Amino acid sequence: MAFLQSQSTHAALPLQLQNGGTILAVAGSGFSVVAGDILRQSNGYTAQAPTAPKVFRLTDKAVLATNGFASDGNMFVKKVRQRLEWYRHAHSQDMSLHAIARLIQSMLYQRRFFPFYVSNILGGIEDDGSGAVYSFDAVGSYERETCRVAGAAAALVQPFLDSQMRHKPSHGQRSTGTASPPPTTHLPLSRVVSLVMEAFTGAAERHAEVGDGLEIYVVLDKGAPLQGLENLPGVTELTDTKHASGQERMFVVRRSLKRD
Amino acid sequence: MDHFPLSWGRPRNDAVDAYGTFPIQQRPNHGQDTFSSGIQHTQQPIVTGTSVLAIKFKDGIMMAADNLASYGSLARFRDIKRLHAVGEHTVIGAGGDMGDFQYIQSIMDELMIDEFAAQDGHALGPAEVHNYLSELMYARRSKMDPLWNAILVGGFKDGQRFLAFVDLLGTTYSASTLATGYGAHIAQPLLRRAVEGREDTLDAAEAEKIIEQSMQVLFYRDARSLDKYQIATITAEGVKISESRKLETSWSFAEGIRGYGAQTQ
Repeated sequence: MAFLQSQSTHAALPLQLQNGGTILAVAGSGFSVVAGDILRQSNGYTAQAPTAPKVFRLTDKAVLATNGFASDGNMFVKKVRQRLEWYRHAHSQDMSLHAIARLIQSMLYQRRFFPFYVSNILGGIEDDGSGAVYSFDAVGSYERETCRVAGAAAALVQPFLDSQMRHKPSHGQRSTGTASPPPTTHLPLSRVVSLVMEAFTGAAERHAEVGDGLEIYVVLDKGAPLQGLENLPGVTELTDTKHASGQERMFVVRRSLKRD
Repeated sequence: MDHFPLSWGRPRNDAVDAYGTFPIQQRPNHGQDTFSSGIQHTQQPIVTGTSVLAIKFKDGIMMAADNLASYGSLARFRDIKRLHAVGEHTVIGAGGDMGDFQYIQSIMDELMIDEFAAQDGHALGPAEVHNYLSELMYARRSKMDPLWNAILVGGFKDGQRFLAFVDLLGTTYSASTLATGYGAHIAQPLLRRAVEGREDTLDAAEAEKIIEQSMQVLFYRDARSLDKYQIATITAEGVKISESRKLETSWSFAEGIRGYGAQTQ
């Protein structure tokens, strides 16, 4: 945390602060789900903005969620979008997801000694059509994962999601008792979306800094089945369906969460 | 004798006396000129303005701020204009350090002059002004030398109302009612109750009443406020910043407080 120190009064103005909120992403087989609450932005004491969305579309195949210090987060998304636009003009195609992940790392590390005070989660479709989630810390270390939660309620939601994502032994079978965790299986899209809604509903009940509303972005590989996604209440499609055949599709599901 | 193998065969540097054998006269090199080594960055605001309020109403935006610039607890400058028009579509109002705000005003004036000189048929609207200001504020924060202000940007262009906030950290947000400083704590609930949901039906007279009531409450409760203020209205007709007007307040209740004034129990 950076502070502006006053020599005379020794008062320190914090140059960064936490604005609240929670984000998460889950990778599936042929799809990726990135969600964030739109909780009113606060500076810890005052409700500043009525809504503060935290999930942003980068390309047809990539969605970035940022959470932490909103000013840094919004500025960082702006800079990433600018870099993607330069790339697009230079190469006549969008940047692939794993390349965007590496780009985000270097952009974050450039500010190693005065970081962007945000947790980033990048979700989308890789070149091979698989759903991918990359999570980053404030200074750029990153990893591809199946599911990741970040933000105020991360400690509440991550264990819940992990327990639901892990392969559960079938009824009657004893666990092997080995140290290595069982592999995560890829759950179907409909199950993932309802899990995400459950996770946020639960978090909003217990954490003051989660709530007001939820945005769930779903990115689907070419030809991946929708499994009823288009009929969910509050859904909008972001892709232009006139050119829809044989391309990735992106949807947003908007729901309200507990307001208090 | 040079003990360091990496220095062997390389040019000698006599400016560095590795063994401290004698004092070496050297010109101090700060990397900059002597004047700039004395420059201090803003650590705290000195001459300050208090709250700014703004609401969306049917025809545009209304913004208000009082005419006081305080020097700590001294009500020093009582005729300061804290609302500033930027072009024909936008008004910015600021609380915080007034020196920094005057600097921002001159930057925005220069910006508008450059845009005018470009003669490209485009005028900067409130969204552009807000974006420019938020980049400016964020950049100064990132240099650890903030412009110590909380600014409301309100405007009307191409049939659209615009109202947003930006502060010394580069934090931005937008809503139909906004307030800075004490206003965010005291006036914002009043503004929200009166305006939320009615942004498209509220007319100018009602909007003015709501603002006046909130300014009254602020004068009663904010110890660094003044009962002289201005209201800016931005509509399709352009920007209008009113003359200073006086708030009607009643302090007669004070007589009834025991221990206040000439009373002796």
